[in-house]
Amino acid sequence: MSEPRTFTRRQILGGALVAAAAGAAGYAAVSRPWQAVRSGSASAVRRGEGILVLVTLYGGNDGLNTVIPAADPAYQRGRGALAFSPAEVHDLGDGLGFHPSLAALARRWKEGTLAVVRGVGYPQPNRSHFRSMDIWQSGVPDRQEVTGWIGRWLDTETPDPLRALSLGPNLPRLLQGATTSGSAVPSMSANGATPFGGALARLDRPAPGEPALLARVRQTGTDLLAVEAALAKAGPDASSPDRSTGPLAQQLDVVAGAITAGLPTRVYAVSLGGFDTHAGEKATQARLLGEVDAALDRFLTSVSADARGRHAVVVVYTEFGRRVAANASGGTDHGTAGPVLVLGEGVRGGFVGDEPSLTDLDDGDLVMTTDFRSVYATLLDRVLDVDPVTALGRPWPVLPFV
Amino acid sequence: MAVRDDLAHLFRRAAFGASAAELDAAEQAGYEATVDRLLALDSPDGPGDAIPAPVFPPLPSKDDARAAVQWWLRRMAATAVPLREKIALFWHGHFATSIEKVKSAALMVAQNEVLRRQGAGDFGELTLAVAKDPAMLVWLDSNTNKVGHPNENFARELMELFTLGIGQYSESDVREAARCFTGWTFDRRSGSFVFRPGQHDNGVKTVLGSTGNLAGEDVIRLATTHPASARFVAAKVWSHFAYPVAVDDPVLDPLVAAYGSSLDVAALLRATFLAPEFLSDAARNGLVKQPVEYVVGAARALGVDAGGAEVVPVLNQLGQVPFAPPSVGGWPQNGYWLSTATAAARARFAARLVAAADLSAVASATPAARVEAVARLLSVVWTPPTRDALAAVAADPKAVVRLALVSPEYVVA
Repeated sequence: MSEPRTFTRRQILGGALVAAAAGAAGYAAVSRPWQAVRSGSASAVRRGEGILVLVTLYGGNDGLNTVIPAADPAYQRGRGALAFSPAEVHDLGDGLGFHPSLAALARRWKEGTLAVVRGVGYPQPNRSHFRSMDIWQSGVPDRQEVTGWIGRWLDTETPDPLRALSLGPNLPRLLQGATTSGSAVPSMSANGATPFGGALARLDRPAPGEPALLARVRQTGTDLLAVEAALAKAGPDASSPDRSTGPLAQQLDVVAGAITAGLPTRVYAVSLGGFDTHAGEKATQARLLGEVDAALDRFLTSVSADARGRHAVVVVYTEFGRRVAANASGGTDHGTAGPVLVLGEGVRGGFVGDEPSLTDLDDGDLVMTTDFRSVYATLLDRVLDVDPVTALGRPWPVLPFV
Repeated sequence: MAVRDDLAHLFRRAAFGASAAELDAAEQAGYEATVDRLLALDSPDGPGDAIPAPVFPPLPSKDDARAAVQWWLRRMAATAVPLREKIALFWHGHFATSIEKVKSAALMVAQNEVLRRQGAGDFGELTLAVAKDPAMLVWLDSNTNKVGHPNENFARELMELFTLGIGQYSESDVREAARCFTGWTFDRRSGSFVFRPGQHDNGVKTVLGSTGNLAGEDVIRLATTHPASARFVAAKVWSHFAYPVAVDDPVLDPLVAAYGSSLDVAALLRATFLAPEFLSDAARNGLVKQPVEYVVGAARALGVDAGGAEVVPVLNQLGQVPFAPPSVGGWPQNGYWLSTATAAARARFAARLVAAADLSAVASATPAARVEAVARLLSVVWTPPTRDALAAVAADPKAVVRLALVSPEYVVA
């Protein structure tokens, strides 16, 4: 594996790569027209076979204490007792290090299969969990939008309840389209097949002209039977996940089982909550990031031997980072931009984008350096193999992490 | 005589459904009189009060949360004042507080009593009571909000989620309001609110256009009497009792007028149930039952214990466990409850409920009459496709009832 590389705005702009579109200020990116020729070694994700695994961290994970500028005096000043010393973090180079809990991810960084997209955010950051998560999941920062960016991709594909699966009881906005939506499967599906499925199949036949919510009830019943039939083939991993691990690992066990069973699913959505660390952050974040670290490592190990699983790309994001300055409760309040982690055999490891300045702040908050829609455009283009414009409404520079 | 379908709809929204006998009586009384009877929220609740309140051991345990949930579900199923429980459930989703962080079922139940007792009164007083409620003080970190180091968590959610909505306040209002709430905490032993003057910021603050040495009580008053607050509250109520709307929808005008300067929640609800749009098709087909409403309503209709130990995992699979909302934003609506996973959970719940129920009212009918017998049992009206599907399994009383419980007509409130 190659050593992790760093793509910064300066290097990209100064190098042979084509500069980001003028006017799209301040992020490191490569302009890449849709369906441009792919450089041979650039991607191990084969066309049409990429599988996207989106990991949502609810509550606003503290990015500055995830990818940590430990040597920066401004970080030490702002964070005080919450700060980690350079000796405590897993060194990533560039003056940055992973949180001590992220040992397995640090190993994958060294192997070159983990990219850190730095300073990811959107213009005019909103500090509400709900509005900000809506923005991240819809991909639309400037107006209310009920569909998700994956949902709008689903709208353009032939309807298939298996195309996008969310783990957990309720469907996130992410997978909600205008005319179709993904399916939700419980992470603990050890309950066996749905009872009276035959009667349900008859009840839930489409009834044209029905009010939307009633039609939706019938649709989910029909989809359930299709999803269940497919998952029944997914083997022991999907039907009896290891109950000794945490909720994220349990969800990812089902995903691993579904991938190795050959389900046609292209997008999986999993999540972990509890990152809203206004108080007592150190212990809480250490525990949660430890769970993330173990769960992702376990998942990537289990799919790496699989011919399809090698094309899985895992993306970890949250609705916002936290303020640079800690509060008096041993925690941090809602902030703005943060790192997005991208992992997988087909991922080009290294830093992407510039680290936000810790001194040139906007009212105490980090200024974003990479627009989140560039991350999505890259995933649509390189992993889902579609024109990003259909889901994002306009082109965005594609980043060099896949 | 009032239209039976209108009354059934009213009972689904203002209660947990109605039995055929309740609908008979309501038909005699009339629609408006039934609204007023449901709104007689000071009536004694013998059956509800007879459900023994949970007793928690001095050391919190994992069983406490389940005991609290089981108690409330049973209370909802038994109550003679169902709208009061619906209002408590509504405010629980509005002032959404979770035991996941509060870590004390006793504090959660104490908050629940505040919502039940004050839920239909003055919204300003309710908001103040919730702001001083120990579970809320823990949940949004008010108890660590001190002069010089304000914690903005409560101040932000107060304006964004509880009283005004995004766009009606500035970031500066949030920061300044947080200073006003410094020193608000509670006594762990007594579980009572305490103001600590030494931790309070006595400087001049500016919140929502008012400047002075403002206290937390001033911020609650400024926020709940702010010109944008009435429509915000009205939209929230209408969205949960009729169908989802935006704050600028004209359907809210009479609700805002009824709510008035006394911030009268009961009057707002009365205006909701008496609005012509409340009986429109948009309203009848406009809400999916929340899982708690679904479980309690089905258990009530079938005469089965709503608070059995097996119900908590069902609610978990359906995505709504009382005292554990997913976030301070409460539970989303409608499409959120309709996924392949919740469809499976409803089917399993229906199968188990029917296995425990006395179905003689259905079994005693001839197979040909059973589909209508189930409609009476659940107070719903079938559409032709559902009627056909139910008729196909009507030979087996259990099969027809469990299929009815997952039908679109029953799942949509």
